Amino acid sequence: MTQPLPMAGAPANVNLAGLTKNDYRGAPSTLCQGCGHNSIANQIITAMYELSVKPEKVVKFSGIGCSSKSPTYFMNRSFGFNSLHGRMPSIATGALFGDHTLKGLGVSGDGDTASIGMGQFKHIMRRNVNMVYIVENNGVYGLTKGQFSATAEKGLSLKKQGTNPYMPVDICMEALVSNATFVARSFAGNPKQVKELLKAAFAHKGIAVLDIISPCVTFNNQTNAYHSYTWGKDHEAPLHDITYIAPRSEIILEQEMQEGEVREVTMHDGSIVILKNLERGYDPTNRFEAMRALEEAQRNDWLITGLIYVNTEKPGLEETFNLVDTPLNRLTEADLRPAPELLDKINGLMF
Amino acid sequence: MNKIVNDFSIIVGTKNGSGSSTANNTILRAIFKMGVPVSGKNLFPSNIQGLPTWYTIRVSKDGFTARREVNEIVIAMNPDSFVRDLASVAPGGAFFYADDIKLPINRTDIAVYPMPVKKIVREDPNVPADFRELVGNMVYVGVLAQMIGIDIEKIQAALEFHFKGKQKPIAMNMGAVRAGAEWAKANLEKKDPFYIEPMDKTHGMIMADGNTAAAIGSIFGGLQFAAWYPITPASSLAEALNDYFPMLRKREDGKHTYAVVQAEDELAAVGMAIGAGWSGLRAMTSTSGPGLSLMTEFAGLAYFAEVPVVIWDVQRIGPSTGLPTRTSQGDLTFVNFMGHGDTQAVILLPGGVYECFEFGWKAFDIAERLQTPVFVLSDLDMGMNQWMSKPFQYPDKPMDRGKILWEKDLEELKGNWARYLDKDGDGIPYRTVPGNQHPMSAYFTRGTGHDEHARYSEEAHVWYNNMERLKRKYETARQYVPAPDLRETKGATIGIIGYGSTEAAITETMHQLETEHGIKADFLRIRALPFTKEVGEFLAKHEQIFVVEMNRDGQMNQLLTIEYPQFATRLKSVAYGDGMPASARWVREGILAKYEAKKAPAKAKAKATARRTSVRKAAVKSSVKKKSSVKSPAKKTSSRKK
Repeated sequence: MTQPLPMAGAPANVNLAGLTKNDYRGAPSTLCQGCGHNSIANQIITAMYELSVKPEKVVKFSGIGCSSKSPTYFMNRSFGFNSLHGRMPSIATGALFGDHTLKGLGVSGDGDTASIGMGQFKHIMRRNVNMVYIVENNGVYGLTKGQFSATAEKGLSLKKQGTNPYMPVDICMEALVSNATFVARSFAGNPKQVKELLKAAFAHKGIAVLDIISPCVTFNNQTNAYHSYTWGKDHEAPLHDITYIAPRSEIILEQEMQEGEVREVTMHDGSIVILKNLERGYDPTNRFEAMRALEEAQRNDWLITGLIYVNTEKPGLEETFNLVDTPLNRLTEADLRPAPELLDKINGLMF
Repeated sequence: MNKIVNDFSIIVGTKNGSGSSTANNTILRAIFKMGVPVSGKNLFPSNIQGLPTWYTIRVSKDGFTARREVNEIVIAMNPDSFVRDLASVAPGGAFFYADDIKLPINRTDIAVYPMPVKKIVREDPNVPADFRELVGNMVYVGVLAQMIGIDIEKIQAALEFHFKGKQKPIAMNMGAVRAGAEWAKANLEKKDPFYIEPMDKTHGMIMADGNTAAAIGSIFGGLQFAAWYPITPASSLAEALNDYFPMLRKREDGKHTYAVVQAEDELAAVGMAIGAGWSGLRAMTSTSGPGLSLMTEFAGLAYFAEVPVVIWDVQRIGPSTGLPTRTSQGDLTFVNFMGHGDTQAVILLPGGVYECFEFGWKAFDIAERLQTPVFVLSDLDMGMNQWMSKPFQYPDKPMDRGKILWEKDLEELKGNWARYLDKDGDGIPYRTVPGNQHPMSAYFTRGTGHDEHARYSEEAHVWYNNMERLKRKYETARQYVPAPDLRETKGATIGIIGYGSTEAAITETMHQLETEHGIKADFLRIRALPFTKEVGEFLAKHEQIFVVEMNRDGQMNQLLTIEYPQFATRLKSVAYGDGMPASARWVREGILAKYEAKKAPAKAKAKATARRTSVRKAAVKSSVKKKSSVKSPAKKTSSRKK
């Protein structure tokens, strides 16, 4: 499974962690050809490789559904937990208490998150668990062969299902309302943006939601469907061009800096996310503005993509719980079992 | 009039939310401190304020602590329950009531004592107006103390304990106690026969509730992560964790080696606990029936993915919402088979406060050893009421972290391991946890079918083999769970099986059966599932076995019948469930109703019946030859079933 560690003067395809891209791969995908999820898995592999992340420092999570199968298809060297339908957030929350130096990487779908898992989704936002939460959003249940999900747009018609009478759930809006600290949207047909947002999300300390419109080529790829490649390409309205600069890199694109249309966000680890504005002078640190942008997009039938909101101020879970520096799962009996004198004291108190 | 000393029951009727629990606990603790065996049970409504609530105190020189259904002394503080309370006084008993309740008293067979509670409190300048109702409860404590002889100094000690030494509330409450006592001394003439006199029968004992004991036991078990959702009667267990963690796991750097998370619901609570258990933490959740129903989906995942986690079920009576403040043993078969598909649960059954502590720490050793959820079933009566107990005993063995591999282990194995490989033949595989930095440490956990390497598989034989291994693991569990507690009586002709909080009622029943009916019984208190060999031995040895439990359908009886079909005809279910703590009355009546006098001890017959399997033959032999071991840890059993 593992590759031998590179020797000095190793070829250039070895990253700063000494790993090749192969070290980030998983088992071959069993999803449909052309599925947006496969493209996202590939971007995860590339992003993690380019970030020189140690796979052992990442824990993968998922729920149930097509999207939730995909953690098998990347990063074999990371622990993973394919849990229950809609319950990924609770498993991840508990698991990440085990070792607070680890980063969660969760992959869920629109059914898994916006229908059966809505409650847990909102609460993991609230707790600001240190995890990238990807929603591979195709508006449809694939694994059970083509039923509506809660993110399907009103008026969509599906074979055997008729026409959807309800407004869709907006994952980014729900995340924002629940005080998520990083909210972004992208489109699987825009791999460069997916990759840059993944990197930024990974650098964020806390919960980072990535709602990625990921067309289902089998059950929901009508040219007029919101979650299709055709519609996405025609209606995508990026908020900005996004570039992620790793902390150790000192090269900043000076020319772009001078354009005056550039916003920088410094992440917890010192890395920088550069957002080059396209039209609207958008400020992703303004929650009110973010809500306005989402509402506006919905009214105008735009697929806005990019970093919608980021807040680097809120404490993570290990700070909130004031945890010891040593990962909890490395503590020993000496740390965990109180001394006999303390039981004598307790017995003295029991009256 | 003949004095009746240290052998009667008191019941106090108040409105819930009126703050009477301090007063009632004070009476209980003061009697306990006088060396007299005592038990207290709160019979409360599912309500915050205004409905009738009762607190019963049983004083028993013989040490019987089960609920009695007769009350010799009744204290009526609530006009709404006054008529009922008055009617409930046993003939020859005593009735104390707040004299602002202007209702007729139509009984002449009891002693009646009016108490000017409001007047006394109003006249005390040290009691602010808004404290009058609270402190008023202490007046009946004082009156009662004076009339039956509870030591005022012991009341002081109880209040000092209750208020953790805070002088102001202690003084205010003691003022009311003394005022009540003085008023009674000056104005009441003793017309009843009931007295408390000091004894030496509680020396070295502690008094605690099961939920607190469970929380402290869990902390001594190295608990690191607890997630929970509020539910009666389990909430106080998680709250006790918050109370005791800071003291018991204090560090110089002020940081925490633990986390307690109040989840958004029971699904998330158990999900978080399973996530934490999966990543190598000693993790638990605590709940009651309705919460447990919600946890079913996750319980199946933890069983199948083999994640250690401890789940406390402080049982209340169901089905459905049931009676949230009433006790039961109704979750046994549900937990035993919890989850869809073939599942088998490991269940611990603490018999009291002492074992709530003991199983609190032991549950983690068993869960991590077996890599499976361990359910601990207590109940509202055990969990929320105050019980006398032996002091908690420090764990007698180091933590068992089970088969866990870290970097150096994988180094030695050269990475050659598989998550679900039964290397040792006991059904228990080896595991790694996230954070392990060895490049071969990771695996992908799933609730879908998986092979030995944790890879998804739909192969028929892979599925079959995995399920057979899980079954093997369940058999292995028999050597790790606590053996039953066996109490033998010379010349016993019947067997009684019980578990959990019914022990006190069964003990009292056994005394009554022997002294009043000449029936001697052996008693086996089951402490875990799967059953250990001692259970089969007990069944083989007795011709009539009464299975006592607090539910409608006789759930333990059902499980015994499934496990030991060859003994099914010997089992007689004594099951009763009305939400009230077990009493010797129904246990005795239940046994006598099914008792057959003609049957003789079953030695000879047992041999014949038990021929079916070698296991049972061995069990019978050992029961014939020698007394079966009491409380000995379960040894490796040969009872692996084919």
